[in-house]
Amino acid sequence: MSRSAKRPAKGSALLLTAGSGVLGLLVWTLLANSGIQGFPGPLSVVERFGTLVGDGTLPLDLLASLRRVLIGFVLGVVLAVPVGFLMGWYPAIRGLIEPWLQFFRMVPPLAIIPLAIVLLGIGETPKIFVIFLASFLSSVVSTFQGVVSVDNTLINAARVLGAKDRTVFTGVVIPASTPFILVGMRIGLGASWATVVAAELIAAQEGLGYRMQQAQLYYDLSTIFVQLIVIGLVGLLMDRALLLAERRLTGWQERR
Amino acid sequence: MTPKIEFRGLSHRFELGAGDFAALDDVDLSIAEGEFVTVVGPSGCGKSTLMNAAAGLLTPTGGEVLVDGAAVHGPSPQRGVIFQQYALFPWMSVRKNVEFGLKIAGVGQAERRAKAQHFIDLVGLTDFADALPRTLSGGMKQRCAIARAYAVDPTVLLMDEPFGALDALTRVQLQDRLLDTWSRDRRTVMFITHDVDEAVYLANRVIVMAARPGRVHQVIDVGLPYPRSEEIRLSPEFAELRRQVWHAVYHQPTTLEGSP
Ligand SMILES: Nc1ncnc2c1ncn2[C@@H]1O[C@H](COP(=O)(O)OP(=O)(O)OP(=O)(O)O)[C@@H](O)[C@H]1O
Ligand SMILES: [Mg+2]
Repeated sequence: MSRSAKRPAKGSALLLTAGSGVLGLLVWTLLANSGIQGFPGPLSVVERFGTLVGDGTLPLDLLASLRRVLIGFVLGVVLAVPVGFLMGWYPAIRGLIEPWLQFFRMVPPLAIIPLAIVLLGIGETPKIFVIFLASFLSSVVSTFQGVVSVDNTLINAARVLGAKDRTVFTGVVIPASTPFILVGMRIGLGASWATVVAAELIAAQEGLGYRMQQAQLYYDLSTIFVQLIVIGLVGLLMDRALLLAERRLTGWQERR
Repeated sequence: MTPKIEFRGLSHRFELGAGDFAALDDVDLSIAEGEFVTVVGPSGCGKSTLMNAAAGLLTPTGGEVLVDGAAVHGPSPQRGVIFQQYALFPWMSVRKNVEFGLKIAGVGQAERRAKAQHFIDLVGLTDFADALPRTLSGGMKQRCAIARAYAVDPTVLLMDEPFGALDALTRVQLQDRLLDTWSRDRRTVMFITHDVDEAVYLANRVIVMAARPGRVHQVIDVGLPYPRSEEIRLSPEFAELRRQVWHAVYHQPTTLEGSP
């Protein structure tokens, strides 16, 4: 039912997306022709894209950035999920951890970079650490929120069917909080991606952010444009991939 | 003979910010093996609290509940519970929901599947065995919850306004199905409802509760024979009983609003 109802909507949505893309290119071309110094049009950016791919710079930069994000992100999530569960399950642990979480959530991960560089040097570690922090903070909060918002009736329903604490936890609390965890992961991945690029602007020898920073020194706007577009597209792709996983895993939810 | 369920001096006070609140005060009530008892009363009179104490989901602050002569400590699959909000596990299919209790009880896969299928068929959800709860109507969800409770073969069924959220026609159909099953297995049933018609139609005995504090106000025996039918629903005896229950529910001795 919902499928047939969605189809025409999907078609026109696609049309709108295409239209908005064309419109964006038009505005861009107009801006490029309006005489701002060094402002590249779409064509020269595509050309630069070709060069950067051809000489291997772009793939290598992309790989470096992706590697940092994935390591930091995965470490963050791997730690956040158990900590979030513990916080949701044991009020004492929540009481101990929550003030720190609330505090660090208010500090943008980027603001940690100077400290991380001083303490951890200028290698990969401080960048990965900052990304780890960004993904950990957003995932831990949502996991914890997921656990505390598990419907009490569901827990009771399991208990009257004979479930003990362990089964209640594995059979009810974990699946019921999956949607929250996945949303937290999506936010965390977005935050990680934003953070890695910014971290590379400050200190790196390779990566999309580093390349932009270099291009800035030489007033090379085309290269900056290529990096920006790649950053946006890759971020979008990663978000879509997680969204897809989320739909797959939590299609049982009532809403939507 | 020991009653199947016995409430002895059951009291419960909820702790609130300012002092506490007496939800139940000294409830004495016995339910015999195989009896079908309905509980009615104004909203907030402690019906759910009473049932949760029997289910073992709530530890009363005073008195005790005995089932088969033994004090209740915590929930047990012996006492099946049906919740008003269905409480199906939304990530499990109907079949997985019904199998849940059997799996916990350690029933092997083949037997589990066969048993679950039996109860799914019994409640008429054969074609929806692999559907997720979100695709079911309210009545179908509650039938699934009933199958899930039956599957672990409880000796007592505790039902908290199970049909409260359903339309009138579905409700009557489920009432008849429930009575039909009950007349065959004679499980002890404690059934909470807001609906005076439903209370009289189903029960051997109607317990009318009063509020502030929650207590048993009146017990009304329903002498009507089973199987119950449309005809009974329209009989003058039914009308008279309904009038009695109605009166007991809606013309209670008033207590001061806000007094504990
Ligand atoms: N967790 C709680 N904390 C404090 N007060 C509570 C709690 N649960 C119930 N109460 C109070 O206890 C009283 C009895 O509640 P209960 O849910 O048993 O009533 P009920 O008869 O089932 O009502 P309804 O017909 O609306 O379901 C109510 O006045 C309610 O406000
Ligand atoms: Mg209630």
